Amino acid sequence: METGVAILIGLFFTVSVYLMLSKQLVRILLGIAILGNSVNMLIFTNGRLTREVPPLIPEHLSTPEIATANPLPQALVLTAIVISFSFFAFLLVLAFKAYQELGTDNVNEMRVAEPENDQTPPQGY
Amino acid sequence: MAGSSVSADLSQAMNVMPVPAGDWLVVAPTLITMLGGSLCLMLRKNTELQPKLGIGFLVLLVLASLGLTIRTLDQGVVTMVMGGWLPPFGIAFTVDALGATLTLIGSVVALCAGIFGMSTMDSTGRRYGFYPFLLLLMTGVCGAFLTGDIFNLYVWFEVLLISSYGLLVLGNDRIQLDGAVKYGVLNLIGTNLFLIATGLLYGIFGTLNMADIATKVAALDSPASGTLATVAALYFLAFAMKAAAFPVNFWLPASYHAPNIVVSAVFAGLLTKVGIYALIRVMVLILPASRGYMAEVIGLVAIGTLLTGAIGALAQSEVRRLLGYVVIAGIGSMLAGVAVGSTLAVAGAIFYAVHSIIVMTALYLASGIMNMMGGSYDLRNLGGLYQRSAAFAAVFLVLAFAVSGLPPFSGFWPKVMLVDAAFQDGRNWLGASILVSGFLTTLAMGRVWIYAFWRGGPEGTGDGQSAPFEGAETPRLSSSSVWLPLGILTALVVYFGLQPEWMLELSTRGASGLIDPLGYIRSVFGGEG
Repeated sequence: METGVAILIGLFFTVSVYLMLSKQLVRILLGIAILGNSVNMLIFTNGRLTREVPPLIPEHLSTPEIATANPLPQALVLTAIVISFSFFAFLLVLAFKAYQELGTDNVNEMRVAEPENDQTPPQGY
Repeated sequence: MAGSSVSADLSQAMNVMPVPAGDWLVVAPTLITMLGGSLCLMLRKNTELQPKLGIGFLVLLVLASLGLTIRTLDQGVVTMVMGGWLPPFGIAFTVDALGATLTLIGSVVALCAGIFGMSTMDSTGRRYGFYPFLLLLMTGVCGAFLTGDIFNLYVWFEVLLISSYGLLVLGNDRIQLDGAVKYGVLNLIGTNLFLIATGLLYGIFGTLNMADIATKVAALDSPASGTLATVAALYFLAFAMKAAAFPVNFWLPASYHAPNIVVSAVFAGLLTKVGIYALIRVMVLILPASRGYMAEVIGLVAIGTLLTGAIGALAQSEVRRLLGYVVIAGIGSMLAGVAVGSTLAVAGAIFYAVHSIIVMTALYLASGIMNMMGGSYDLRNLGGLYQRSAAFAAVFLVLAFAVSGLPPFSGFWPKVMLVDAAFQDGRNWLGASILVSGFLTTLAMGRVWIYAFWRGGPEGTGDGQSAPFEGAETPRLSSSSVWLPLGILTALVVYFGLQPEWMLELSTRGASGLIDPLGYIRSVFGGEG
């Protein structure tokens, strides 16, 4: 099962890198969203994938009898999901506002902060 | 668990003793700023009260981090665990000389920015949350400097990142939106890389506590294995993106000149240095063998960063963008220290980080004053500022000397240490690059001084004529809130230049604590370590 999920995560990374390399801001943002999800799946898989084994410790033991999923990565993933979700929301609003103000969603044409024909500093004195 | 059949002995997993009162200082910087930020947020419509409240909390922050630094010097590494759960289960805040020093200098810089903001932040900027964002940014920065848990470090990075987004778009100009898009996208990718590396590291070692990981890495048979090298490379890329190292430096000159000048000053002072701090922490403390394995690559990146920064600075006529490239050149110097990795080199990198935090903030604030005086940030439209204020011209010259690494100011000593360490280690190209980069920075900064201060007036007016100062904002310039922060920072630059012993002691202590982490590990786990 881990192998299958690992391949799936690899696919996710591929798709996200492909999307992030494009010129359209919306595609870049979609790429970032998928990147965030693939990272989350990676951490989740790190915590061992087991089916239907509750992480319960019997009363007479101090450790679980059989291998269970590690709950800590799941807690980490929860944190990461919340963070990446809020960042994605912010970036979406930012991108929309930038599209309204700059009139383009092509990152090559976003040259307000870095003007295209920027002049060199004065040469002689 | 009903009944008393099982009574767990918590003393092995929990700190049942009450925490010594002095140890609360460990969390005080984050707590103070978080409380202050929330309070300012609630009172954000009261634009008169905001600066007083914000600066009050920043003063508290400086006092707390000063206390923390003194305590760290006194007692060595201090650890406090959240909720009393002993490491590696609980999240630990572990403060060593490195973290404490950077927290202290960072809070001083934030206080200066808060004071400067009184005059440059209009009531709209205040209403949209300059002071809350500044305080919450400091929460993230202090948390990152103080935490001893690598996932917690990621969380603090995100705290400071979201606050920096808020600061960056404050004002809603077109240029800010443009800069924020690039800054936002690239920094988010950087933190995701950081998270990937952390996930993999957890998968290998099953722990997130830095001291615990460092112990387990050191106990490995082959600490420089391919898996760990992959993790180290991911960390390196992630933090290099945060620190704007070559070749992932392009977001910095695209965004740092966009926001209000006081925001630029805070960013230039603190944000890239948090990246460098994390890089030093992870590479030198946790994964030293992988650092040695990657030393060549780090060295090449350092050379690229040093030269890109210096040459980029030469090609700019916008003062703020020029300073952005100077920030990058400084990052190169610190990376050189990481590449060499000896105690002297790491101490040099730490000292350089302290110097860079102070001097870059001061230079950005000075460029803001130049804009108030001359009405422009462009070298072509500036001139004759020496006639306006000879004292300001002298201050700028001091800062220009310091940032170029010329004696007798604070930039000189760390550069001496770094160049010395590079030559001792046989990395002659690295040492030479630091010197060349310093030389080119001297040219770039000297040109700023000659054009903006020394010549008689802006381009188009004859030399020696008094220039028309139409854009000059005399009322703001007479305010002490403009000059006080610059004065404090310049005084620090001069002080660390003339009296470097204190900072040398702190940075050497920080560096040797990273290279031989026994004290760090003992502080976390107690006893034998």
